[in-house]
Amino acid sequence: MKLLVLIPAFNEENTISDVIEETKKNLPEADILVVNDGSTDRTKQILSNHKGIKALHLPFNMGIGGAIWTGFNFFCKKDYELLVRIDGDGQHPPAQARSLIEPLLKKEADLVIGSRFIKREGYLSSLHRRGGIKLLNILTAFLLKKEITDNTSGFRAYSRRAANLLRKDYPFDYPEPIEVYLLSQKGLKIKEIPTEMKEREGGVSSISLMHSYYYLIKVLLTILVNFLYGGKK
Amino acid sequence: MNPYPISPIQIVSIIFSIFLLVLIAILIRKKKIREEYAILWILIFLIFLLLSIFRGAIDTISSLLGIQYQPASLFLILIASLFLLTFHFSLVISDMKKKINHLAMTLSILEESLSEEEKNSS
Repeated sequence: MKLLVLIPAFNEENTISDVIEETKKNLPEADILVVNDGSTDRTKQILSNHKGIKALHLPFNMGIGGAIWTGFNFFCKKDYELLVRIDGDGQHPPAQARSLIEPLLKKEADLVIGSRFIKREGYLSSLHRRGGIKLLNILTAFLLKKEITDNTSGFRAYSRRAANLLRKDYPFDYPEPIEVYLLSQKGLKIKEIPTEMKEREGGVSSISLMHSYYYLIKVLLTILVNFLYGGKK
Repeated sequence: MNPYPISPIQIVSIIFSIFLLVLIAILIRKKKIREEYAILWILIFLIFLLLSIFRGAIDTISSLLGIQYQPASLFLILIASLFLLTFHFSLVISDMKKKINHLAMTLSILEESLSEEEKNSS
């Protein structure tokens, strides 16, 4: 099985090396692809010092969705079969990545999400964000008749089929919740497994406090439009 | 026949509308603006020109729409035109953003393959 680990990184000079080393240790058979999303700090130099990894340098900051989308395109172009996403900020534990791949290998699912909220251990995000996540969950349960406990988690593994579908029309601004909708509409299976996360060690979140509510409104709008539009087809 | 005597503002607006139409025509000829983006502008300037020539048209439109104060219908037409234009720009910008992202993605992958080849050959 050709496995690719996708690490999106935007100004993660403090954490990116640890994430890469941890990933190498835990998934030695995988190829590691870091998508440097137009970082303005030393991320690029740090990446060029790492041997045996692949790095894509975007010419400008495209946002987390753009970085993931670029990774999907690389993945499909180079004929990989499985994709694991681990964020460059150190929130996602590479040690648990193997358990994300398991359901894909057993063909139980096309998308596996590492959820913070099944066991409720480790870092559970701030209060107002948890409220937003809760609202998204209620909407997901209502629209898709499916319970996803952690729809905003970026710790995910994809089958080739899922990556190929998402690559074609990717939601750039807020990829995680919309991925679930797009794949569900195409009839792909989604599974959640319990994981623990850490609070980010460095860098700045792609969603600041100020933007949290704006983000939520945009996500809700996209979900509704997608659902109505997808329902008609 | 136009029941109104020609007023100075009418002359000014007719000249201005013609000036804008000629300007667009020149810009298209010089390839400074693409035809697809110019169509909406031409359409709007033509409407302005017609409204300037036939002053009675505004009164007719006002009474048809039930607008008491005639200049309000002029503003309505103006604002509607501007809405259309800005909406059109949003569409164009979204499309361009999509294409730019695609270029950036392709570029980064190409760069990677190139540096990989360089490593292999050296």
